[in-house]
Amino acid sequence: MKDAHDYSEHAPAHHITKLPVYFGVFIVLMVGTIVTVAASRVDLGWMNTPIALTIAVIKATLVILFFMHLVYSTRLTWIVVLASLLWLSLLFVLTFADYLTRAWLLY
Amino acid sequence: MSDVALHTEEHHPFLQHHFEDLGQQHEASTLGMWMFLATEILFFGGIFCAYTIYRIMYYEAFRAGAHHQNWKIGTANTAVLIGSSLTMALAVWAAQMSRRNLTVVMLILTLILGGVFIGVKAYEYSQHIHEGLFPGRLFTYVDEEHPELTKGVEMFMTFYFGMTGLHALHMVIGAGLLIWMIFRARRGDFGPEYYSPVEIMGLYWHFVDIVWIFLFPLLYLLH
Repeated sequence: MKDAHDYSEHAPAHHITKLPVYFGVFIVLMVGTIVTVAASRVDLGWMNTPIALTIAVIKATLVILFFMHLVYSTRLTWIVVLASLLWLSLLFVLTFADYLTRAWLLY
Repeated sequence: MSDVALHTEEHHPFLQHHFEDLGQQHEASTLGMWMFLATEILFFGGIFCAYTIYRIMYYEAFRAGAHHQNWKIGTANTAVLIGSSLTMALAVWAAQMSRRNLTVVMLILTLILGGVFIGVKAYEYSQHIHEGLFPGRLFTYVDEEHPELTKGVEMFMTFYFGMTGLHALHMVIGAGLLIWMIFRARRGDFGPEYYSPVEIMGLYWHFVDIVWIFLFPLLYLLH
């Protein structure tokens, strides 16, 4: 059995993110915002929202990985983050499986 | 025996006694914050879920409602919020590098940018209320071209005020936490050994940023 000390020794608590990473992510987020707005000015029918949400997911992933330092976090933190996303997907999938299959919504 | 030894030993003033060392304490704090954020993700997730269903039910009305949003202001405010996330991340970096003054400056910049965001939001709210778009008794707006969409527009505005209002509330709480962090950073509490409060403040601030990243296209950009 490991004791608490063994775990803390391996804790990457003091990783320091390099400045270019922060500025790089910032630039990508800004470009993503511009692309989102530009794409919304073009009429792509029902595709507009999926495109906007895809860019939003990419932006959110970058924020979580680098600004929120998930890349350098412990596996336990990863489990919490991924579990929350799993629960979120259950919420969406089960609710939509009901609402989006009700024919009367179309009329 | 060992208790006495522990208490006479020199240790970091912010190391709580139930933790082995600052690394373990930092890890526990971060994990705890992520658990809180998991509940926040599901909290906002439920509202996003409801938004999706109503958007499908009132498809045309939601588009009509979104036309009352000023996408230029929305875009500018998105840039302001992303900028505040950068300064927040840089504040953590400065704390890790023992750059006390830079930490304070970055936290103040984050607070200013957050304040600008909330100020702009307040201006937008006043415009909507002026146009009679606040749901409930204050809702006097009638869609001239398509009067049948009016009820759906009110539903859109309910989601708009609910979602952005909840987001703005998180920003106000974040601003309060930032003021506390600025005070502590000025006092010299933080350094490479101990910066967990700044890190956790950052996790919260970036989460609020992520909520906006999704709100912006869903409320402003339905053309």
